[in-house]
Amino acid sequence: MKTIATTRSAMGIATGKLAVWWVLVSEIVIFGGVLVSYIMHRLGHPEWAEQAAHTHMWLGAFNTFVLLTSSLSAVLAHQAAEQGNGRKAANLLYLTCLGALTFLGVKSFEWTNEIKEGFTIQAGGFWSYYYTAAGLHAFHVFAGALVMLWVASSAKKNENLHRVENVGIYWHFVDIVWIFLFPLLYIAK
Amino acid sequence: MSAHAAHAQGHHRNYVKIWAMLVVLLVISVLGPMTGIRVIMLITAFGVALVKAYLVAKNFMHLDLEKPIIHFALGLALVFMVLLYAGVAPDVQKSAGQNWKKDAGFHHLPPQPEHEMLHPEELETKTPAEREAAREQHRDATAH
Repeated sequence: MKTIATTRSAMGIATGKLAVWWVLVSEIVIFGGVLVSYIMHRLGHPEWAEQAAHTHMWLGAFNTFVLLTSSLSAVLAHQAAEQGNGRKAANLLYLTCLGALTFLGVKSFEWTNEIKEGFTIQAGGFWSYYYTAAGLHAFHVFAGALVMLWVASSAKKNENLHRVENVGIYWHFVDIVWIFLFPLLYIAK
Repeated sequence: MSAHAAHAQGHHRNYVKIWAMLVVLLVISVLGPMTGIRVIMLITAFGVALVKAYLVAKNFMHLDLEKPIIHFALGLALVFMVLLYAGVAPDVQKSAGQNWKKDAGFHHLPPQPEHEMLHPEELETKTPAEREAAREQHRDATAH
């Protein structure tokens, strides 16, 4: 039996996919609010540059590379699903999850060191934004990886292959958010 | 474009090539700040971020193949983001306002001497200039 999202469409778009796009619209408002409020406070507080100088650019750059690569495996999984190759799609989704795990591992290492150095969420305005924005993003990475594991488990059996594209769209959005967080938190010093 | 044709177009993309372009752009954004020139840093950090986001949205999310309603919905969310910035930024980025002054800390209202405090009703009815004039009068009256 197929889920209703594959048999019903609204405005010519499968309802499951449309729902993902609506989620992303609300995510733009959430992340957009965090990012623009950070930008305006950053411009209003030049002294934050001193605090921002303590973030580790190379770790941020490595994590950007990891997310870009995981986006590649996610889109290749979508391509495999379109070709009806559920097993290949599932394996590529597992690879994407490995990227998520690597990203979270690097983030944990980074945060542990920063907290040890005394840069906690209460250490200043910059650090409050840093932990809020990066933490919210990391939560999305974690949630996306869990959903991806669930989608991969059914894709492996060649079931519900349309979900591979849906979870991929979400994953690319998470990637785009990080593309903006990286220069804001790690490069602008 | 039919859904079938759109999918067919999507499959002809060289995703590995697009990923390689994204990695090159990442390297540029990391090297930019090393020049020590602020304008180059801003372009390589934020300009390159915009290009990377565009490449991911167009080629990985296939946004160019989506129906106009999706573009409209995403665009509307971005407009709200700009409105938020435009509406709040003047207060956040100004160094002083009607009843506050920004110190090295955050938005801070310094405590006023009791004799300079105005009655709450006066605060509501007077303009900032009138309030300041009233405070001047208080100071003069207490000085003499």
